[in-house]
Amino acid sequence: MKAKSLARFGVFVILLLASVPVFAHHGNAAFDTGKKVALKGTVTEWVWANPHCWLKFDVKDDKGAVVHWVAETNNLADMMERGWTMHTFKPGDEVTVTIEPVKNGNPVGRVLEVVLPNGQKLGMSYIRTGQDH
Amino acid sequence: MKVSMRKGFAVWIEIAVIALISCIVARTQTDPAASRSNGAASKSDPQASAARVLLDGWGRPVVDPLKPGEKPGPAPRHDISGTWEPARGPGDGIQANGPHDMPYDGKPEHDPPYTPLGLQTLKSHKALFGYAAVLESLSNDPRNRCDPLGFPRADFYQVRHTQIMQDEHKVAILYEFEKRWRIIWIDGRELPKEVPSPRYYGYSVGKWADDTTLMVDTIGTVGDEKIWLDETGRPASDAMHVIERFQRVNQNLLELTVTVDDPKMYTRPWVAVNKFPMRLQSAEYDVPEMMCIPSEQEEYYKDYGDAASGVNSTQSK
Repeated sequence: MKAKSLARFGVFVILLLASVPVFAHHGNAAFDTGKKVALKGTVTEWVWANPHCWLKFDVKDDKGAVVHWVAETNNLADMMERGWTMHTFKPGDEVTVTIEPVKNGNPVGRVLEVVLPNGQKLGMSYIRTGQDH
Repeated sequence: MKVSMRKGFAVWIEIAVIALISCIVARTQTDPAASRSNGAASKSDPQASAARVLLDGWGRPVVDPLKPGEKPGPAPRHDISGTWEPARGPGDGIQANGPHDMPYDGKPEHDPPYTPLGLQTLKSHKALFGYAAVLESLSNDPRNRCDPLGFPRADFYQVRHTQIMQDEHKVAILYEFEKRWRIIWIDGRELPKEVPSPRYYGYSVGKWADDTTLMVDTIGTVGDEKIWLDETGRPASDAMHVIERFQRVNQNLLELTVTVDDPKMYTRPWVAVNKFPMRLQSAEYDVPEMMCIPSEQEEYYKDYGDAASGVNSTQSK
């Protein structure tokens, strides 16, 4: 029952077995380090901007209500080093976004990985080194 | 009762199976080998790597300046020009936890020798990294308001693609982060005896110590809490003297060592970065634009930063 409910949310909370990479520029204090949450939702806006890029997307909760999520990535220069571009998302895209959530329960977090509508995965590792930082 | 126990047992089995699957998924996602396979062409999941083509700021594929198997040539004489990037990977120069060789990690050997004023100033800084890190919207870091990093923080935070251009008079350093630049005079002049006006990037002169090593002295940086030394909130004053050593080891490798001497904040000089390696990037590489834009910063906090911190940044600073 619980599992079905979670499935309806489209949310899977996964325990982290390794440390979350340190994201520079903005601090770590707000985040619930040690958690991963996968969200299935619809992109409303991809903001390719400074100081970090951020993705806005809608996710339906278990009661069918729409929750507006915002997830940040890194700065655009870093995202280019990871293979992301300003055209990575467009409004209406159905995506799965794995985030590290914040502690305070607000629908925000930072992106660890996305699965695009065509199945492509984009993560936070650099193309050249394969490392997160 | 039996039925209820069986049902309870079934639920526990279900939870255990979900936990097991989650663990396998998490391991796959966090395993370094799995991460690497995202970067290189992945045979098992070609779609995963299809979009990961490294492009420069011009949108052109990045080309390595050395052909496969090619060895770098010798260092040219009195020449550190080129587009340089952290040799150990793009993230190596970020130094979010403090200068590369003196991170703010709680180890006594990494604590700079603070004066009482230095320690007091450190404690007044609400940094986003280090031992006393605060929430996103509560920081009083000048750079969080899009103020310039200044010098020497430009050597200790967000060292990315660094373009160095020179002629017989000067060396110009163009930093990717914030799109800032500074000039090092190599025309034989001395440092000013009296600083005309403190500057965010100070006054720098350079002298060739040998054919491939440029020693640079910098003074005249701004004080009054306008700049921090690093991302963890260590202090920097207007009495600071910074010594940089740029050594071109070969055609494709440049090493940077930085010594901090600030008698107001530290009791003795200390080495913050020791032989930080930078490798030569292709001459055609176009450095992406990376700046702090106040209006975009405002949008960022409105959309994300304040919700992440659970505070209103316009009222909390």
